[in-house]
Amino acid sequence: MRLLRIVPDDTKFDFMRFRRISFPVSALMSILAISLYFFHGLNFGIDFKGGTLIEIQTKAGDADLAKMRSTLSGLGLGEVQLQQFGAPNDVLIRIAEQPGGDAAQQEAVTKVRGALGDEYDYRRVEVVGPRVSGELLSYGVIGLGLAIFCILIYLWFRFEWQFALGAMIANVHDIVLTIGFMSVTQIDFDLTSIAALLTILGYSLNDTVVIYDRIREMLRRYKKLPMPDLLNASVNQTLSRSVITHVTVSLALLALLLFGGQAIHSFTATMMFGVVLVGTYTSVFIASPILIYLGVGTGRDSLTAPERKDDKP
Amino acid sequence: MLYFTRWKAMAILLTALVICLFAVPNFLPEKMVASWPKWAQRHVVLGLDLQGGSHILLEVDTKTVRNDMLETLRDDVRRVLRDARIGYTGLVVRGNSVEVRIREGTNADQAQAKLAALSQPLGGLLSAAGQRGLDIGTEEGGLIRLTITDPALIERVRQSVDQSIQIIERRVNELGTVEPLIQREGTDRILVQVPGLQDPTRLKQLLGKTAKLDFRMVDVGSSPDQAVQGRAPPDDDLLYSTGAAKTPYLVEKRVLVSGGDLTDAQPGFDQRTSEPIVSFRFNTSGARKFAQVTQENVGKPFAIVLDSEVISAPVIREPILGGSGQISGSFTVQSANDLAILLRAGALPAPLTIIEERTVGPGLGADSIAKGKISSYVGAAMVVVFMLATYGLFGLFANIAVAINVAMIFGVLSMLGATLTLPGIAGVVLTVGIAVDSNVLIYERIREEVRGGRSPINAIDAGFSRALATILDSNITTFIAAAVLFYIGTGPVRGFAVTLGIGIITTVFTAFTLTRLIVATWVRWRRPQRVPI
Repeated sequence: MRLLRIVPDDTKFDFMRFRRISFPVSALMSILAISLYFFHGLNFGIDFKGGTLIEIQTKAGDADLAKMRSTLSGLGLGEVQLQQFGAPNDVLIRIAEQPGGDAAQQEAVTKVRGALGDEYDYRRVEVVGPRVSGELLSYGVIGLGLAIFCILIYLWFRFEWQFALGAMIANVHDIVLTIGFMSVTQIDFDLTSIAALLTILGYSLNDTVVIYDRIREMLRRYKKLPMPDLLNASVNQTLSRSVITHVTVSLALLALLLFGGQAIHSFTATMMFGVVLVGTYTSVFIASPILIYLGVGTGRDSLTAPERKDDKP
Repeated sequence: MLYFTRWKAMAILLTALVICLFAVPNFLPEKMVASWPKWAQRHVVLGLDLQGGSHILLEVDTKTVRNDMLETLRDDVRRVLRDARIGYTGLVVRGNSVEVRIREGTNADQAQAKLAALSQPLGGLLSAAGQRGLDIGTEEGGLIRLTITDPALIERVRQSVDQSIQIIERRVNELGTVEPLIQREGTDRILVQVPGLQDPTRLKQLLGKTAKLDFRMVDVGSSPDQAVQGRAPPDDDLLYSTGAAKTPYLVEKRVLVSGGDLTDAQPGFDQRTSEPIVSFRFNTSGARKFAQVTQENVGKPFAIVLDSEVISAPVIREPILGGSGQISGSFTVQSANDLAILLRAGALPAPLTIIEERTVGPGLGADSIAKGKISSYVGAAMVVVFMLATYGLFGLFANIAVAINVAMIFGVLSMLGATLTLPGIAGVVLTVGIAVDSNVLIYERIREEVRGGRSPINAIDAGFSRALATILDSNITTFIAAAVLFYIGTGPVRGFAVTLGIGIITTVFTAFTLTRLIVATWVRWRRPQRVPI
């Protein structure tokens, strides 16, 4: 049986040369993502903004959004958003946080239930009061920061500090781009988004660490190889693994995206973007070449001595 | 790397087998499992997002607790000074303190010494040694200020959370639901999780009521309508009736008998009007008080007040000596039933506010389970086929290892009695994608070593020993992310962190032991001349 070879053996792509393109492009994309965050904003879900989310399903027939909208707008609850959710008889109602503290949120739900009557099944009701939403947001931000910090410390112990710093820059780059993605798509930004971000962090690093491991090994073995060549060799040697792993992860995510349903749709979509698109790119085109600038291997003979033929990996 | 002693191989297989066996109860009908010993019955708990149910986070109203403390303190100060015959002028609650001005010419030091007795040392676990409940300071002109310390307030809030939890348990148990979870969150919060509720409205009604029941006299001396416009007399409260009518009543502040004196309350029907009622019985002291009050006030109306609303204000026709009575007042069968539940369970020490609610109906939960299943099967199938296509026989080894890996995840989840949520299922699917990564790392390394000119067995050996370090490094970073997520997350997100974290551990375990054992066994058996990858 002939086995599938996605990446041929002994590839010799000059990945490091791309840094003259990839660094400016990434910088530009990051700036774009940050300005998107500030000017376009994220679509904060009720976890972080407070308010009420109700998912209802008509007991018979399709949902009449226009009729529901007019019924609900008469309740004086401020901004009420209606959205078809998956099926034509499934509707998501979002109500902005009510002034008047926690009890007022509960009253809003009671009012909506009263107004809509018995024609609907209440599939999901989520009410997050103002205090909880504030806490959840700060927990999320603290969590992201804490994770980055812990991983930094771990990498610092396992590698040299330059590697830790390089991985960190790559990491922040991933997160920034993913946030840009969430801003463009206006995907709900809620607790599961934080989960998605943390997972992206983990997997992007996973990838970076695999390449770094190889770079470290090469550094020990080939004392005189110039840094760009050494990095190129490391990325090329791990290329097959990177590609195959990303195919398997994408397959798993694709299944979740297609069949996992609306409830985890934004979660998997974010992850797909972060893990598959950004994470792979970052570890090859950012995390590895940046080591040149961070001065990994500057203490070696390679920079002075000419390359020797037998040093080629 | 490829040599396993017999006992080591046995130990690896046995560990994997035992962990996998723990997953078995999840797949058998409940009846069958019920006869097993307790430790073997442990199984994965479905999260509220999968089985449907309500997650409600309640918060004790700290302000009310503090106000109650301050009022009690003010009464205590009045009592102490009166008992000690110390004259004072102003006695007021101001901010977080009670202030009293000792009359000139009296001994201020003596007053302070007497009042110092009110400051009890705190016995709570969280308070430092020597921490007291009050700060007592004096100022010029005989002003003594007694301030409630923060630790004392926190201690009291903790106590009222503890009491509230007991009362809530009694209330929720009356709903007859299966395995409700009621636990403290932080100092001032209570988490209530009730699985399988179709409509949480009733639960919320039962949770949201303080259920403070008082029997008080109605002040017939002045008209409530005047009080509505102006000020109520100082000894009275202006209260309104329940329901839409909102009739105003002037009710004396003095409580004759309170709900704490009730021993029982039952819903029933009035024999004459067949309206729903709640009948109740007092304990001995309550019965005595009630008898005395009703004897003295025949012909006058008294008010039954629940949470500052007048349920009814009947006129006392004859002394009620038996210690039991009934409350009637436009109840439905349900509301009479609920009131009885609330009265039996007792009043909350302070009002609770719902600050977060997440309810999932059973229909959505079932849908989510179905979607989780389909996506898992499809995802797993695609990964399995891809691995077979890429690595052939070794792909099969990887698939076996991943299958055992997933079984072990469920085994560990069962052992821990962990909660499986929809994002948790996503975590498992993702683990499948990631678990093969460890195999990919090993196999790619073996390919490289073969290309480097090593003999097959040598290459396999070197492939394993070099890849394992990388596997460990790369998984630890993801594990850190999962651990942080577990720490900050709640509910479904925490479920994701749990399966992801466990998945990483089992992945590393299988990579280091099972995959190696499978390949080693194959190598010993076939003595391969070339590596088929």
